[in-house]
Amino acid sequence: MTEALKRTPLYEMHLELGAKMVPFAGYDMPVQYPLGVLKEHQHTRAKAGLFDVSHMGQVVLRGADYESVARAFETLVPVNALGLNEGRQRYGFFTNETGGIEDDLMFANRGDHLFVVVNAACKEADIARMTSALAPDITVEVIEDRALLALQGPGAEAALSRLNPAVADMAFMDVATVDLGGACCWVSRSGYTGEDGFEISVPSAGAEDLARSLLAIEEVEPIGLGARDSLRLEAGLCLYGHDIDAETSPVEAGLTWAIQKLRRAGGSREGGFPGADRIISDLAEGVARKRVGLKPEGRAPMREGVPLFAEEDGGEAIGQITSGGFGPTVGGPIAMGYVPAALATEGAIVYGEQRGKRAPLRVVKLPFVPAGFKR
Amino acid sequence: MKYTEEHEWLRVEDDVVVVGITTHAAEQLGDVVFVELPEEGTEVARDDEVVVIESVKAASDILAPLDGEITEVNAVLSDEPSKVNDDPEGEAWFFKMKVEDLSVMDDLMDEAAYKNFIG
Repeated sequence: MTEALKRTPLYEMHLELGAKMVPFAGYDMPVQYPLGVLKEHQHTRAKAGLFDVSHMGQVVLRGADYESVARAFETLVPVNALGLNEGRQRYGFFTNETGGIEDDLMFANRGDHLFVVVNAACKEADIARMTSALAPDITVEVIEDRALLALQGPGAEAALSRLNPAVADMAFMDVATVDLGGACCWVSRSGYTGEDGFEISVPSAGAEDLARSLLAIEEVEPIGLGARDSLRLEAGLCLYGHDIDAETSPVEAGLTWAIQKLRRAGGSREGGFPGADRIISDLAEGVARKRVGLKPEGRAPMREGVPLFAEEDGGEAIGQITSGGFGPTVGGPIAMGYVPAALATEGAIVYGEQRGKRAPLRVVKLPFVPAGFKR
Repeated sequence: MKYTEEHEWLRVEDDVVVVGITTHAAEQLGDVVFVELPEEGTEVARDDEVVVIESVKAASDILAPLDGEITEVNAVLSDEPSKVNDDPEGEAWFFKMKVEDLSVMDDLMDEAAYKNFIG
């Protein structure tokens, strides 16, 4: 049984641009354009790249006011949603009863409602979770008539400013409603590449026009999912289903920075989210394994699934790589994975086994490439 | 020039067989970022994995197209794997091998047959 792949409003444009299309989370998506993954990656770091991320889920939560929505939303995420100012966005994640992560997300206070963007592969489950937990007091409105574009890179501000100079005044994680070429867009200054940039929710009918006006700017190239993955890996960002999943706690994943103090032990809104017992105890007592950055000492990339060992010979696997590949900006192989807490210190050496051979990797600080956010 | 179904090209040069991958294969692989070459002097049998290539997308192997001995490897590729994309059917040969009987190459595809094979 095969289900037809879904298409984003930019599907025809991708084909016209010569994209290589692949199935991803039920969508037919561009993995690369004729430029190729390596050059698309480098172009994004040097200038600006345009990504179609319309496969991601866009959801609006409405209630009596933002405060009531935020209070309800906080029962699903270990994050301070109530204290988020209007016009600001924050990273968060849905947790489960055992303290694992069900999905990671971005949410914004857009005045009278809360706007959530979730991963494509999890969106059905996320919508069901929000609906069953929050309705009927809160309405869960799935946004089906908007595309989502990301414009990323040091040239993103200059490029988007040509369509509306107001975007230049936005700071990292600001959100605003902005007119872009006549389309009413929900813009946030954020992204998942480690670069400055914007994410733009645009009415589907105007998506292609907007994409084409951005691509007409010399500095802007279309970028596929291949480079999106190497960019986020260099930025040390987690990919759901790979670096984090229903088994990993946010403490193991090194995402404690996203759990504000007031949701932790002794905080004014302590707990009250799924798996709070485990997450709060993990925060207090520490965890047995941690996500770390790993740099293979040789030139060979080591990819997801490669088992890690403490010794060059013998012994049981102590962890594994959850994301790995070649970092074009780093100019060598990079990876992330889980290792025992004792080895989760900069400079520790572990061994990855592939093709029957073990090769050393060094535990390094994340990110691999410094972020270029406009604070 | 002869071709295999594994998208290698073979060229006889001074009684040894020079082996590389086709332009079509290099395009399919995407940007090559790592090449691991065999040791010179290694005896190989047909279909042995002799070279590891990693592109930005995935790892793949080059299989020995014939029985024989690896006489020389193109060490430049270890330092500059991107040459595989730049000039796959020229400068970016992978290894040279000595084979007992060059007539075994007659069974491989010629250029027309390979073009037909990749459609």
